[in-house]
Amino acid sequence: MSDLHDLDRLSSRRRFLMNSGMGLGASALGTLLAGQQFASASPRDPRYDATLPHGCHHAPRAKRVIFLFMAGAPSQIDLFDYKPDLVKQFRKPLPPSVSMGQRVTAMTRGREQLIAPSKFKFAQKGENGIWMSELLPHLSTQVDKLCFIDSMHTESINHDPGKTAFSTGSEIPGKPSMGAWLSYGLGTLNRDLPDYIVMPSAHWSGKVNVQALYSRLWGSGFLPSKHQGTSFQTTRDPVLFLSNPEGVNSPIRRRMLDSLKELNAKHFGQIGDPEIETTIAQQEMAFRMQSSVPDLTDISGETKETLEMYGPEVTKPGSYARNCLLARRMAEHDVRFVQLFHRGWDHHSKLPENLVGQCRDVDQPTSALLQDLDQRGLLKDTLVVFAGEFGRTVFGQGKLTKDDYGRDHHPRCFTALLAGGGIKGGMRYGMTDDFSYNVVEDGVHVRDLHATMLHLLGVDHARLTFPFQGLEQRLTGVEPSRVVNEIIA
Amino acid sequence: MENWKTRVVALVVALIVFSTGSVTYAEPVGEVSDEVSYNLDIRPLLSSKCFSCHGPDAEGRKAGLRLDQPDGDEGSHEYAIVPGDVDGSEVWSRIASDDPDVVMPPPDSHLKTLSKDEQQLIRRWIEAGAKYEKHWAFVPPKKTVELDDRVSSNSTAATIDLLVRRQLRAKGLSSSLPADARTLVRRVTLDLTGLPPTRQEIRSFLADYSRSPALAWEQLVDDLLARPQYGEHMARHWLDLVRFADTNGMHKDFYRNHIAYRDWVIRSFNENLPYDDFVKYQLAGDLYEAPTRDQLVASGFHRLHLIIDRGTALPEESHFKNVLDRVTAVGTAFMGLTVQCAQCHDHKFDPISQKDFYSLYAFFNNIDAASETHLPEVVDGLQQPFVRWPTSEQTARLAALDQDLAKLDNESKQVSKAMKLLQEQTSESESRERAIRAIEEWQSELVRQTRRVRAERLSVERTVDKAMIMKERSDVRETRVLVRGQYDNPGEIVQRGTPEFLPPLKTDRDIPSRMDLAEWFVAESNPLTARVAVNRFWQLFFGAGLVKTSEDFGNQGTTPSHPELLDELTISFVESGWDIKSLVKQIVMSETYRQSSHASPERFRADAENRLLARGPRYRLDAEIIRDQILATSGSLNRSMFGRSVKPPQPDGLWKAVSMTGERFRADEGEDIYRRSIYTFWKRAMPPPQMTILNAPIRDACIARRERTNTPTQALLLLNEPEYLRAARRLAQSALELPDDQRLTFVWETVTTRLPDDSEQSIMQSLLEDLLQKYKDEPEVASKMCEGVELESDPARAELAAWTMVCSTIYNLDITKTKD
Repeated sequence: MSDLHDLDRLSSRRRFLMNSGMGLGASALGTLLAGQQFASASPRDPRYDATLPHGCHHAPRAKRVIFLFMAGAPSQIDLFDYKPDLVKQFRKPLPPSVSMGQRVTAMTRGREQLIAPSKFKFAQKGENGIWMSELLPHLSTQVDKLCFIDSMHTESINHDPGKTAFSTGSEIPGKPSMGAWLSYGLGTLNRDLPDYIVMPSAHWSGKVNVQALYSRLWGSGFLPSKHQGTSFQTTRDPVLFLSNPEGVNSPIRRRMLDSLKELNAKHFGQIGDPEIETTIAQQEMAFRMQSSVPDLTDISGETKETLEMYGPEVTKPGSYARNCLLARRMAEHDVRFVQLFHRGWDHHSKLPENLVGQCRDVDQPTSALLQDLDQRGLLKDTLVVFAGEFGRTVFGQGKLTKDDYGRDHHPRCFTALLAGGGIKGGMRYGMTDDFSYNVVEDGVHVRDLHATMLHLLGVDHARLTFPFQGLEQRLTGVEPSRVVNEIIA
Repeated sequence: MENWKTRVVALVVALIVFSTGSVTYAEPVGEVSDEVSYNLDIRPLLSSKCFSCHGPDAEGRKAGLRLDQPDGDEGSHEYAIVPGDVDGSEVWSRIASDDPDVVMPPPDSHLKTLSKDEQQLIRRWIEAGAKYEKHWAFVPPKKTVELDDRVSSNSTAATIDLLVRRQLRAKGLSSSLPADARTLVRRVTLDLTGLPPTRQEIRSFLADYSRSPALAWEQLVDDLLARPQYGEHMARHWLDLVRFADTNGMHKDFYRNHIAYRDWVIRSFNENLPYDDFVKYQLAGDLYEAPTRDQLVASGFHRLHLIIDRGTALPEESHFKNVLDRVTAVGTAFMGLTVQCAQCHDHKFDPISQKDFYSLYAFFNNIDAASETHLPEVVDGLQQPFVRWPTSEQTARLAALDQDLAKLDNESKQVSKAMKLLQEQTSESESRERAIRAIEEWQSELVRQTRRVRAERLSVERTVDKAMIMKERSDVRETRVLVRGQYDNPGEIVQRGTPEFLPPLKTDRDIPSRMDLAEWFVAESNPLTARVAVNRFWQLFFGAGLVKTSEDFGNQGTTPSHPELLDELTISFVESGWDIKSLVKQIVMSETYRQSSHASPERFRADAENRLLARGPRYRLDAEIIRDQILATSGSLNRSMFGRSVKPPQPDGLWKAVSMTGERFRADEGEDIYRRSIYTFWKRAMPPPQMTILNAPIRDACIARRERTNTPTQALLLLNEPEYLRAARRLAQSALELPDDQRLTFVWETVTTRLPDDSEQSIMQSLLEDLLQKYKDEPEVASKMCEGVELESDPARAELAAWTMVCSTIYNLDITKTKD
């Protein structure tokens, strides 16, 4: 049966390529085989450079991404975008020259827009004196690794379209997610694990307005579905149907697979369809995953120091802290794209109370993740992104006192944090007006962020394409987008 | 191992075992001309390389040049193209240049330059006069095949074979031999019902087939077409196309009740509702004079879009998104065009202007419905406008319950009044306290009763036949072009209309109605509706359409592999009165369909998608068929039809992990969990993993063809899904009731339709013996496998466990999950 491996090598790949209906050019695929990568840059392309990692258009700065998605949209005003002068304007109406009649949500339409200054203290941190909120004491120790883009903006004003646009580049469902694009464009880095793993937190502190997640946020859209994210479950199997069912143990499974392989190989001989070889290879990969995935999620080998660094919540499966630790383990195993979702940031009311809890959830683990990656030499080629789908308004929503207020959705500016993989640390980029309402300098649209992320991974966002519905589709869509070179080290 | 070689026949297959003999094969072979075809060769090139800057979109057009038409101010002829004069044509010098400043497409467009072969095509086309043709899909289909006088009722099937073979011969290839009888009965039973044949059905077909293959085949096909499972199977594909689901798909993802629509689709296929009526009912069923129940239910097509719940989005934006979603569905399902591309700007590749888009939009913009879901107004998952058709018993029962509720309500008010009076009394006394306590008890009893009656009312209401429908507002809502597709940026007013490049819309009203539009769709002059439908039906049997991009027949879609065949099928489909069963029958009657799917690996690789049809179809079954097949062959399938969606078990926690409301999945129990997969509850935020892992779409967008991948997570699903293993155990139990020497044949044949050959028997025998030993050695593992089954001894448990794994092995074979 050893010739099966040869079959793997020789024919599955070609068969895959034909199967998925991709031509050359933008074609790409993850493969089963260790170290195999496929190029979105094709040898037929005059710009093809064989010295680059497959799929790359230029030398990459990062090999993998850890995306920390703060679903529900944290308040940039209370955490990052420091506006000290607002205190003097408590309960004053937002000047129309600032709001410019821009659209708001159905929740605050027609209401008075009264300014709600942040009740939280800010202080300068790190070598460059970056202003940070008191709510993030741990992360404040890491600012020299972080680039803060204060001038993020998007069109979406509601969660569902906002998260969909952030994850897939378009508000309209049906497009592939970031991680799926990377799996398609760059292929897999490891032999035994999915390319794209998603871990939603199972608990969070914010108790109001917990927004839904949708599997389309890690879906493959029109790309072949093998590129979709694999959502790790908190309870039981991390990967669906990973464990042998009751009554089957590993030796029994192995014995069964041996016969299965023999039968399938015999049928391949009779029928001739190379797809049968793929089935054999995938069944073997499934068997390997039965041990590689539990190894990945088993944290018993972590040292006490490491566990303590992530904070007490790390012992709870499904916590953000545990997922941060797992994200590091996945980076070690060269999973291309890891995405955490932490919900509970939608603070229309009682923002101060809820924000404190949410920050407690993420502050120490995020900081630990950066340090841990750094200590292990992984941060230099791992891009870490921390962002919500949009920001929050400077004007209050609901009850408004100095200590209690809420904020509505605000797509016109918000802050995203980036670190590692080619990013300049200890810097701010972009500027908002005195009300953290409009971008006044160096705006970065979500699709600019996408273009920049791809760039750091060695991919030209305009050349990572897939033909669908008559268009050469891409993550950044048809509107112009740019790589934010200024934040690249 | 040499099997495939003997099966692949390298010679012309003119004499086929059960040829209908109705077609003249004596016509010229291989009409491959050297002439360059604008439609087949040039347009796809120009469209992908040039049209985005030199095409229909006036706003995006560069250099005042359009290459999509020869004439007009900016047309190509005598400007960039001089017919017959290559060196005098700017286009040639640009595409052939090496200079980055000159070459087209320019490097910064990220479009690849033309290959040498592609350049030569353009060259030859210019030399031959650079003739343009109307896009093939936008002109009516035409007949090209002359059949002789002996043509029988099977003429369409014979035409399929004629045209497929003509192309094969032209390429020096030939058809394959017919598949064997067992393969055939499995293939066609799966294809027409979504279920495999039973052993009884296999046997009876084999007997008939050995007597008279032609007759047996036709009888089998007719029998399958008449089964109710045919409608369920056909409907499932339609539900992908119209993104049918059981929830809203946005925000809180509330339950949305489209059951009546789903059941209508199933019945329509079973009753063979002509496709033109099928289209008209959905587009404008509500606009018939005195519409029937079915017509109203069908108009629920317009309600299948995603919808957000009230409270966060702006209603006018939600309205825009709903209409957009509706138009997109119409474009994908009925036109095979990506009309939605023109929402922000003129279409880059197809002659659909932005104004055309909003003219089409205007037909669907007039719904008399709230644009968001407001839960208190939702009745059993239905949102206004909807229609109810209660039986007289239901009406009476509901009225009685309403009366009870009114009584209870009245009583509560009285009691509250009494309570208030008591509480206002200032004097403290023991009797007052007693009275208050009594009243409190009375009140809680009333609450209990009210809750009970309400619950009963809801359960009666849930049984009432009802459906969401489309409904027009009395005065037509104004439609404007939305500048750059922004809902809050209205431009010029547009009137209802259809794109100019298609036949004109007929109406005798001031404002054309949706019914006029529906009539336009099925008018003989419409080149798209029937073609698009025929192509999708073809896809069901061969895995890919004649036009591979079944969702896009525009300039960027793929050109048909067999253009004449698509036209022939389209014409005969319309002539038959849009008779779906007849079309389907002709396809499966063809010898092309009945070919063996075996070939050499080289042949498979040379034409992986089987576009040339030199062999029979072979590809992995859809998720639903895989599950239904496991249920059916294990004897678990519950064949009851229609009604509420059901929730078969799934791994814990999937809903809760994404829900906004902490919603938990609760599996149904009993026979419900064994119903066919078309009845499985489809939550758009988290559809059943047994389906999505095997490429079922999420149903948040219209999907005309599924992706088909082969992944390790699929392998895990089929190996480890507990219900699938339980089914294997059920099959094992049936096997164990048989004598020893019949068991393996029984399970192998039940699942695969084949008989195990000697080597398969010996592999399975050795597996069985090893497993038996393992389970005997570890009785506690065997006990776990046998949980819930009453067996007295360890050996008996080991035997059942081992046989369960044997059955599971067969369920995991590539040949089991594949249509062969």
